[in-house]
This record gives sequence, C-alpha cells and structure tokens, in this order.
Amino acid sequence: MRDEDVFIELDGVEKVFEVRRKTGFMKRERRTVRAVDSISFRVARGEMVGYIGPNGAGKSTTIKMLTGILTPSGGRLRVAGIDPSRERTRLAHRIGVVFGQRTTLWWDLPLIDSYKLMHRMYRIPDARYRENLDRLVELLDLGDLLDVPVRQLSLGQRMRGDIAAALLHDPEVLYLDEPTIGLDVISKAKVRDFLRELNTERGTTVLLTTHDLQDIEQLCSRVMVIDHGRMMYDGPLAGLHEVGESERTLVVDLERELPPIEAPPARVVKVEGPRQWLAFPAAESAAVLVARIAAEYPLVDLSVREPDIEAVIAKMYAEQADRAERAIS
Amino acid sequence: MGSGRLYLTVAAGGFRRYATYRLATAAGVFTNTVFGVILVYTYLALWDEKPHLGGYDQAQAVTYVWLGQCLYATLAIQGGGAEKDLMERIRTGEIAVDLYRPADLQLWWMAGDMGRALFQMLGRGVVPFLFGALFFPMALPTAVTPWAAFVITLLLAAVVSFAIRYLAALSVFWLMDGMGVNQALMITGIFFSGMVLPLNAFPGVLGEIVRALPWAAQIQMPADVLMGETAPLGAFAFQAAWAVALLAAGRLLQSVATRRVVVQGG
Repeated sequence: MRDEDVFIELDGVEKVFEVRRKTGFMKRERRTVRAVDSISFRVARGEMVGYIGPNGAGKSTTIKMLTGILTPSGGRLRVAGIDPSRERTRLAHRIGVVFGQRTTLWWDLPLIDSYKLMHRMYRIPDARYRENLDRLVELLDLGDLLDVPVRQLSLGQRMRGDIAAALLHDPEVLYLDEPTIGLDVISKAKVRDFLRELNTERGTTVLLTTHDLQDIEQLCSRVMVIDHGRMMYDGPLAGLHEVGESERTLVVDLERELPPIEAPPARVVKVEGPRQWLAFPAAESAAVLVARIAAEYPLVDLSVREPDIEAVIAKMYAEQADRAERAIS
Repeated sequence: MGSGRLYLTVAAGGFRRYATYRLATAAGVFTNTVFGVILVYTYLALWDEKPHLGGYDQAQAVTYVWLGQCLYATLAIQGGGAEKDLMERIRTGEIAVDLYRPADLQLWWMAGDMGRALFQMLGRGVVPFLFGALFFPMALPTAVTPWAAFVITLLLAAVVSFAIRYLAALSVFWLMDGMGVNQALMITGIFFSGMVLPLNAFPGVLGEIVRALPWAAQIQMPADVLMGETAPLGAFAFQAAWAVALLAAGRLLQSVATRRVVVQGG
C-alpha cells in the first residue's frame, strides 16, 4: 500500500470504558473494560473491507471512533488525514454511515423529506443533489417509496432508503454497521449488488461490519477479524482458512464398495456403500488429491465442499479463549 | 446562511411531523376546550370570593385561563415535546446517529421543537382560545403594539421552555431512563408555569420565588405582556436572560455528556 493511498489509518488504537457497578449498599466497584485493545490497520482508498467478530467484540466501538463520536483512549487514528474526534463536523462531509439497526430517516415523514434535509445538511449543490438522488433512486429501486412515510416502509426498503441517505453527498468512505441484518434473501442480494457497484464503479471505500459471512464472501477481498477488542486476523478471505486450520471435504463415488481410501494428508471421515468422504486441509490442492485417487481407485464421480467460514471463525474464537484460559491458570 | 436553511428545514420537519397526527390534534383541541371551561368557572368562583386576586379582574382571569389552554401544548408545559424523542434516542442509543451528523445537536433539537410548537399553537392552541373569546368576556388589547410584543414574548417563552426540557433530556445520558425525569418535568411544569393558578396570585415568599424561576417565562410573562400588566421590555429581558443561561447550561452538559458517556447499544 503506497502512503498516499492510505485512507484509514489506526495505530495502536485503544478504547477503555470505565464501568461502575453497585456491589452492595453504598458500595461501588470500578472496573475498566477494554472495548478496543491496541488495534492497528490501514485501509487504502477504494478498498472494500469486511470487519467481523462476535457481539461485543469492539466492532461498533471502532466505527464510532472512525466517525469521531467516540474519542480513542490511546493510539493514533486518522481518516483522510483528519483526526475524527477533533474535527468531527469537517470529516462528516466526507464520510457516510449506515447503522443497520438504527435509522437516520425521519420516522413520521415521507422518505423524500429526509433527503431534502440531507441536501441542506451537507450543503450539496442543487444540480449534484438531483443527479445523485436520481441515480440512487434508480439503483436502489426507491421510486415508489419517496412519498411513503418512513414508518410504513419494510425493513429492506428502509435499509435501502438509509443507504441512499448516506450517499447523497458523495462520501469518500462508507461505513456500514450490519447493513443486511434482518433482511430477507432478495433484499440482501439487492443491497450487496448495490454495494459492489458503488465500490467498483465509483471507487468508494467501504468498511463493513457484519454477522453475515455471505456478505463478506460476496463483497470483500479482505477481511479483518476482531475479538475481545483485539485483531485476530487481517488478510484475504482465503487465508482465513489456513489460519483457522479449516478443512475441505472431498466426496467420491467409487464403482463398488471398497475399504477406506488411503491418500494422506486426506483422511476418510465417513463411508456409506461406494461413497466415501475425505477431509483434507483447505490449503491443499484438491486437483492433486483427485488425480492421485483417480489413478489408484475406480472413480465414478466426485464433488468438493468448501469449508463453512462460520465454523472457521468459531474455531478461531475457541482457540483464542483456550489460550486465554491457559494463560490465567 | 447555509446552516440557517438547514435548521429551517428541521423546523419544517418538526411542524409537519406533528401535523400528521390529526386525530391526536383533534382530541387535544377538545380536551383543552373542556379544561378551559372547567377552569374558567373555577376561577370565576374564586375571583367572586377574592376580587382582584393577583391584580387581575375577572375578565383578565378568564383571559389567563384561555391563554394557558392555548400555550399548554405549544410550550409542552407538561412535557411531550422534543425532549421526549431525545430521551428515547439517548436510551436506545439512536443518539449515535444524531451525533455524527455535521450539525449542532442543540440547535437541531431546538429547531425541531420550534416547528412542533408552531404547529401545536396553530393546530391545537388557537381553537380553544377563539372559543373562549367567543363565549366569555376577555380582556384582549385592540391596539397592534401589545400583540406584536406578545409574539416576541411567545417566541422567547418557547426557547426557555425548550431549554428546560433539553437539560432534563440530557440527564438520561447518566440516568439511562427518562421515566422519573418526565414526571418531575410534568409536575414542575404544571405548578411553576402557573397552569393551576396565575403566579401573580401566589402569596408571600413563595410568590417571590416562583415569579423569579424560569417557568415564569412560559405563561405568566406572555399573559402579562398581552394584557398590559407588565412592561414588555422587562419581560423580554427576564425571558432572554433565562433563555441564555439555560441554553448555555445545556451546551455545557451536552459537551460533557457526549465526551464522557458511552453511547448505548454496542
């Protein structure tokens, strides 16, 4: 990543909350919670990055620091060269934010009223506002919804409405916090198609937090995994499998029932008549393995099953927890 | 100039938002009219016993009642304006959305509340007032000047009213819930604004105190300005002083709240 391409930059960023808890009559216990614990990463202009982790991992806290509404307790954070918490308002003109579970839209008023408000709030020149609105209305299929009060919109419609509201001022980066949460399959597909186009056509940098791994699989070439406020993985999606030591499954149909196939490092995990299931490390080439089996066994048919990333991440979390426990005991 | 248009848009949104609830508005008009009638007869009985109570004659007492009914929803005397939404947004964490906007939080909410107040005045307040003027003898000025002064004093009253409720709403950043604050707002609002009895009629030291509190800026001041019972400039100064002090306090509390307190909800 060239220096001038860096758009988001975090260097050992921390966020510590102090929690007071009542432990008895007039007694209070003070406890500090490290929501984000020394996180560093860089995102280049035009990248589309997935930011994932379990509930309470620190994802939303990171996003809130990136928008400037929370001040980091330590470390250095820059977005477009700006310190967000110091110059929140100036930065706001250059970023767009969508919180999946919250809305920026005026609940009781027609959708178009919220857009007129954005027009004024971001001081968008009239011509550009109209152009952007027309484009977003078309791409997000909002034409019939503009005069409908927001409270009457379905969740999927409202989400599309919120995404449009976040993009009217042409932000350079879009933060999405759970943009597909609670949406049905069709709405999810619409949102994903739109985000892909936004990123490739307009070069908007996108940082996406999600629980839905399909969002990541379909949209992001890079993924960052965070847990307990710490970065556990940062790299391409494929690499996640290696780190998580995940396995792919090769299902082979033989001509007849045979003893379990011997083809290390693959191992047979299940036999059912002439069909056998072999597990092998996800990083290994399936082609080599298939060639070896085909040479030694009467092969009729085969299929390869990709590992479930959800399982990979769950395994990663479990290992982290294990290590933590061992460190304590 | 650009930001002026933004807050005008926000105010227009506040106006239109309340305008969408027609049934609630109609019910409010009915309630305020009925309450007005009840209070008028109560006051007339009281003023029969104690003529010139608080310096008002009977027509002025009647005028005070109908003005109170007119301003009851306009100034959200018992709460239920912008602060209700703000408390809810702080409680649920929705406030995060408001915070990242390139707009001033206090001005944003004040603009919305002004829009609401204007609608409540026109949609809900005017009808009971006209009803009163039609069926009861009232002490209304015929010259233009007192009415012009009345408009200014109303505007200042709306700002003071907002400033009190904004402070109350911000407390939810620490209390995490607005139930108790809302009740306190309601009781103090009804009592100290003079919704029950004109503050002029409060006796002794209690009277001195309530007339100096910010709530006096809400109904008592506009009523006295309209009926020529007080000098308009003095009333403006009293209201403006409280408006500035309370808005400044709100600004201070807002900066402490947004800097120190966790935005709820992950």
